[in-house]
Amino acid sequence: MAIEAEDTPLEQLMWKVVTLKEAGYRFLTLTALEVDEETAEIIYHFDINLQMKNLRVRFPKGTKIPSISPIYFAAFWAENEVIDLLGITFSGLKIDYHGTMYLDAEDKDTVKTPFCRYTFVKKEAE
Amino acid sequence: MKMLPEIIKNLFRKKATRNYPAVKRVPFPNVRGELVNDISQCIFCKICETKCPANCIEIDKDKRTWTYDPMECVYCGICSESCPKKCLSHKPEYRPPMTKRQVITLRGKPLPPKPAPEEKKSDTDTSS
Amino acid sequence: MVSTVIPFGPQHPVLPEPVHFKLKIEDEKVVDAIPAVGFVHRGLECLVAKKDFVQMTQVVERVCGICSAMHGMCYCMGIEEMMGIEIPKKAAFLRTVWTELHRIHSHLLWFGLYADAFGFESLFMQFWKIREKIMDINEATAGSRVIISVNVIGGVKRDISPEHRQWILSTLDEVEEALRDLEKVVYEDYTIRKRTVGIGVLSKEKAYELGASGPMARGSGIDIDARSLGYAAFPDLDWEPIVEYGGDCFARAKVRFREMLQSIGLVRQAFQKMPRDEEIAVKVTGRPEGEVITRVEQPRGECLYYLKGNGSKNLDRCRIRTPSFANFPPIMSMLIGCRLADVPVIILSMDPCISCTER
Repeated sequence: MAIEAEDTPLEQLMWKVVTLKEAGYRFLTLTALEVDEETAEIIYHFDINLQMKNLRVRFPKGTKIPSISPIYFAAFWAENEVIDLLGITFSGLKIDYHGTMYLDAEDKDTVKTPFCRYTFVKKEAE
Repeated sequence: MKMLPEIIKNLFRKKATRNYPAVKRVPFPNVRGELVNDISQCIFCKICETKCPANCIEIDKDKRTWTYDPMECVYCGICSESCPKKCLSHKPEYRPPMTKRQVITLRGKPLPPKPAPEEKKSDTDTSS
Repeated sequence: MVSTVIPFGPQHPVLPEPVHFKLKIEDEKVVDAIPAVGFVHRGLECLVAKKDFVQMTQVVERVCGICSAMHGMCYCMGIEEMMGIEIPKKAAFLRTVWTELHRIHSHLLWFGLYADAFGFESLFMQFWKIREKIMDINEATAGSRVIISVNVIGGVKRDISPEHRQWILSTLDEVEEALRDLEKVVYEDYTIRKRTVGIGVLSKEKAYELGASGPMARGSGIDIDARSLGYAAFPDLDWEPIVEYGGDCFARAKVRFREMLQSIGLVRQAFQKMPRDEEIAVKVTGRPEGEVITRVEQPRGECLYYLKGNGSKNLDRCRIRTPSFANFPPIMSMLIGCRLADVPVIILSMDPCISCTER
């Protein structure tokens, strides 16, 4: 089963978000995920009176996505998290942490996105 | 000043704290406290190792050992519910504080020896 | 005009968890506020690659200690919807009982910190004394004080016996009586009113536009509560969202106080309407496939889960948006224009749960 999401090409994204803002929707959040080796996708979630509306945007990895923070200021917070975790970059962000929101500035280049691979390390019993 | 009636009532109520460690609370039953294993019943099936979300149990089937790290354990109770022989259970008290990291290893009974194959062959010889 | 930058540091007596704000001050008024988070980031969303979908229940419950049963419930509801499982009605009522108890204990914890923010230590201790009774209920019925681990996919793990039911109802009577004694202090005390009325005002339009949720939105007049979606036993219970119109810290405190009393009433109703003899969980077979979005109302607001499965035993993606995450942009707008001494009270009035914000 899939959620109801409108497939949106990248060029129409800003126009659709402006129409939703004028209709009175509020911004919930955005979800970024990796579809396969070359494509990533972002799903935007909006809501009015507890009815949800989702927009799905698919794009090849490495493209710069236009940020929706000029329209919905609250989106800058979620977009900065996506930069940290998945390495997607946005253009036109109102407040940009440049990938240091969760990670330190020194670790930014050594830790690889997406979803940095990690291992378990157990402390030895003394 | 609206708090004054409450403060005066508190002078005559009993204390809200307990004089621990001289007085200890009686624990509730069915609390998920320290984990104990009755190793004589254990069949080393490895179900608790696969289901543990914290990866704190290690089982070696050949050597018949069950190793458990009480500091990694999150006391969720999944192992004791899925154990087929019900040898894992929780005590009602929480594990006592430790000064050094410890790992608990329990060794089970060795398996009884299998019957030797020569006896079976002689049975078939006499029957034919 | 002299302008300085003051760090409202990660360590502060009023904060339960570390968060950092850079405040730009001009002669005691705050002109700009930029948050910096990342001190408690554990990377829990990445663990879907290592743990299978049954073990993820335990991971998701440990995102936050205060609202842990609600995270577990939301995740289990999502997986049940993906796999087409319907839970028994008794399990839905039991989930409602435990989550409403969580709401009471979370608001009691918040009230203690709120009183501590202006140095009112005796009120802080009174609220936490009442909270101990709820912790005892959790320990006796579910097995643990804080992270109760009582939700499984397909229902709940434990049942509440009739003796426990009587004991819970009498304890809730004691809690309600103690809260009525403290109601006058919270609403009418001169010091508390001086520090909270008119401070940190968030208008209704700004709250809607910046995506505030929970008591932040309901304290500004927006009538929205995710429990109206009708999950668990809420369609059978009689309740209404609690709304105040002040928009300041005092209105938010009033919303939380009234919600506590409403939750006590909801637990009583749930016990009356609960079916008596039924099973508490159904057996689960198969693997989750597809995508689903679930929402529940946590004590701090509306929490959203996006789950995606691909037919194997590990999920593809588990995205958690917690209400504390969504309440950060409104805080930035509330801090502009206030005095330096009001900053701790304003930040605390949003109920920051930083371990939820940066799982």
